[in-house]
Amino acid sequence: MKAFANLLERLAFTAARNAKLRILRHYLEQTPDPDRGFALAALTGDLKLRAVTPKLLRGLMAERVDEQLFALSYDFVGDLAETIALIWDGDQDDDVPLRDAVALLSDTGRAGLPAAISAMLDRLGPSERLAFLKLATGNMRVGLSARMARMALAEMGDPQVKDLEEIWHGLTPPYQPLFDWIAGGARPEHAAKAPFRPVMLSTPVDLDQLRALDPADHVAEWKWDGIRVQAVNDDGVRRLYSRTGEDISGSFPDVIEALNFDGAVDGELLVRRGANVAPFGDLQKRLGRKVVGKAMLESHPAGLRVYDLMIWQGRDLRDMPHQDRRAILQQADFGSDRIDVSPLLDFATWDDLAALRADPPSIVIEGVMIKRRDSAYVGGRPRGPWFKWKRDPMVIDAVMLYAQRGHGKRSGFYSDFTFGLWDGDVLVPVGKAYFGFTDEELRELDRVVRNNTTERFGPVRSVAPKLVLEVAFEGLNASARHKSGVAMRFPRISRIRWDKPAPEADRLETLKAMIP
Amino acid sequence: MRADQILHPTEAGLYCPPGDFHIDPIRPVPRALITHGHGDHARAGHGAVMATRQTLEIMAIRYGADFTETRQVAEGPIRVGDTTVSFHPAGHILGSAQIAVQPDKGPKIVVSGDYCRRPNLVCAPYEPVPCDIFVTEATFGLPVFRHPDPLQEMARLRASMAEFPERQHLIGAYALGKAQRVISLARQAGIDGPIAIHGALQRLCDYHVEQGIDLGELIPATAADVPAQLVIAPPSAFASAWVQRFRDPVIGFASGWMQVRARARQRGVELPLVISDHVDWPQVTQTIRELAPSEVWITHGNEDGLMRWCQLHQIAARPLRLVGYEDEPE
Ligand SMILES: [Zn+2]
Ligand SMILES: [Zn+2]
Repeated sequence: MKAFANLLERLAFTAARNAKLRILRHYLEQTPDPDRGFALAALTGDLKLRAVTPKLLRGLMAERVDEQLFALSYDFVGDLAETIALIWDGDQDDDVPLRDAVALLSDTGRAGLPAAISAMLDRLGPSERLAFLKLATGNMRVGLSARMARMALAEMGDPQVKDLEEIWHGLTPPYQPLFDWIAGGARPEHAAKAPFRPVMLSTPVDLDQLRALDPADHVAEWKWDGIRVQAVNDDGVRRLYSRTGEDISGSFPDVIEALNFDGAVDGELLVRRGANVAPFGDLQKRLGRKVVGKAMLESHPAGLRVYDLMIWQGRDLRDMPHQDRRAILQQADFGSDRIDVSPLLDFATWDDLAALRADPPSIVIEGVMIKRRDSAYVGGRPRGPWFKWKRDPMVIDAVMLYAQRGHGKRSGFYSDFTFGLWDGDVLVPVGKAYFGFTDEELRELDRVVRNNTTERFGPVRSVAPKLVLEVAFEGLNASARHKSGVAMRFPRISRIRWDKPAPEADRLETLKAMIP
Repeated sequence: MRADQILHPTEAGLYCPPGDFHIDPIRPVPRALITHGHGDHARAGHGAVMATRQTLEIMAIRYGADFTETRQVAEGPIRVGDTTVSFHPAGHILGSAQIAVQPDKGPKIVVSGDYCRRPNLVCAPYEPVPCDIFVTEATFGLPVFRHPDPLQEMARLRASMAEFPERQHLIGAYALGKAQRVISLARQAGIDGPIAIHGALQRLCDYHVEQGIDLGELIPATAADVPAQLVIAPPSAFASAWVQRFRDPVIGFASGWMQVRARARQRGVELPLVISDHVDWPQVTQTIRELAPSEVWITHGNEDGLMRWCQLHQIAARPLRLVGYEDEPE
């Protein structure tokens, strides 16, 4: 439990992804089974334990600490579990194995729970008390995705991230067969049906690079602006996965219901109303919901546009050339009007394709995909067989308003910028950008911030509105959560407009007019 | 004489009418008795200053030799007006003292200033002084503050330095007291290599070394390339362009506040180190029990928590609500 508590603390305060990965890897290397498996599951939210309520915890405290002193403390600390961990008056400091804590939280009956928790807290030091209480309340909040967990595991042995993705959903904590495999043992067998299979990804390309290739060797199709997914029906077990292998079935019961086929297909998840594909913002409303209401299912119906077949009617097609898979795809019957096939584009030269790309038939198209006719379906991002040729980003000229200091390699530099647009004669913040510039430009931007600071709030400075930044972004949604009413996707600084005076920056209504 | 006729809060700070002096005044007064050299307790511009020799020397380093018109080293009992005062170690920083005020008629009052009861190699340990009225700070006056053994925090620093050997570790620590304590603790924890210090720490570190405190090899963190994995700097340095010379550093901060995660997050630190020069909750409550004064006066900090504790233990207490003292000053 000491190592686990230390891991949680380090992850909670470490922002950089690589540093997080290293901390996690060291923990996994140095911790015995089954504790490391339980820790991994706790971090990725896959550990199902009895949920301990704040009410129960408050009840424990009421017996031990003066109510007024507790209230003052809680008010200062701001987090119930942390307040209790700090205030608990125990002088033992046992290194209780994590598996014992997990066993306590999964096996103890309701009536015995308060006494068991109290006895456990008595055995632990303060950091371990906090870790235990976070485990008990199911509230880790250390910013670690299952994908990052797999990246750390991939650094520990031969299996790569895509190999791990493939078996991930057949595994259950504490993952003993997984750790055995990483240590050089046998690959775990699929325990579950409808597993995730590694997705084939593309590399970016431009017209100059395309000219070196023969258009006759390639097919092209639209790149839809939805979410790339893998939909599986394996002997009646239906799953919808994101391209990194997260199971998102729960948010899309309408799509799951429509998977009336036998196989595993690669496609784009889209919100569709009849023949019309809705903008990404509509799809976003469906994401991350544990429960989707009936009204939402009706107003934002989701569907699937299929790009490729991986498994079809019992056959694994992945080693076939793309054109053969495509032939089967075009004959396939998906048994639902929520599912259709992404059409191929008709072109003879790259200039033909450039013309199509420049004028797509729908606003929910973000470019074209180009695939070699002879390409097998290979998980990961092989260079060459598949390309994405995205449409040019949208740009707007905005004014820098605030800057925040960065972490890690950007320590000491103001590197996160909030920018705004004119609304009448005031500047309204519309977004934040923290990449797109070179190291040299970062130094220049840092200088601008320091020389034009008007106010400071901790690591943030407000900056005199002088500098115009050209901001490029991939898309735009209307958003009630943003004061400006719009939310940009992937904004980055594409150019510093040293030449442009701030009054000539763009206006908010110009941005709003770009909402699809 | 009643206690509040011997000592009471005024706009300039605590004033003692029978001795006609202030203790740690926040604005210039004719005669000041000063507990220790931190900027919020020791200010320049008084007519006369009485303090420990080390506090006087620290004030001269910080404010220049002319920080006051006359000065007096506090040694042994000293008559001041109709009182006898004496200075006793407070265990807070080098030179820090509690001030005992014994009026010719009336209760004995001990003003503890900032104090700490944990072993600290950079200063003399706190000495309990029996008294009728004990004047205490309450910086960490809530039961959540139970500061860990600082060597345990140093073990965390060492672990991080081993886990990220290619990254320099920049630890924020206040220039007077905390910085030298962190360096001394690092040495105790077995960090033997050179430790780099920000320019603002140089003179105060030199002074500690002159006073016989072993800080090991210190090198200036002023060149473009600083050849040390551990670097100590005052908190203000972290907002300055000075930080930019370090590529991908681990930023840490040494303070008792780091025990609360929200506070550590506010500072944007990656490695919070819970190292304090002040009494934590068990220490302040133990001190009050041990001294068993007839009354406790609380100067500043989280006085509500300590007031409540005194009430629960039937100890007479009152808050002085002194303003101008920071939580942990620079
Ligand atoms: Zn102090
Ligand atoms: Zn103070």
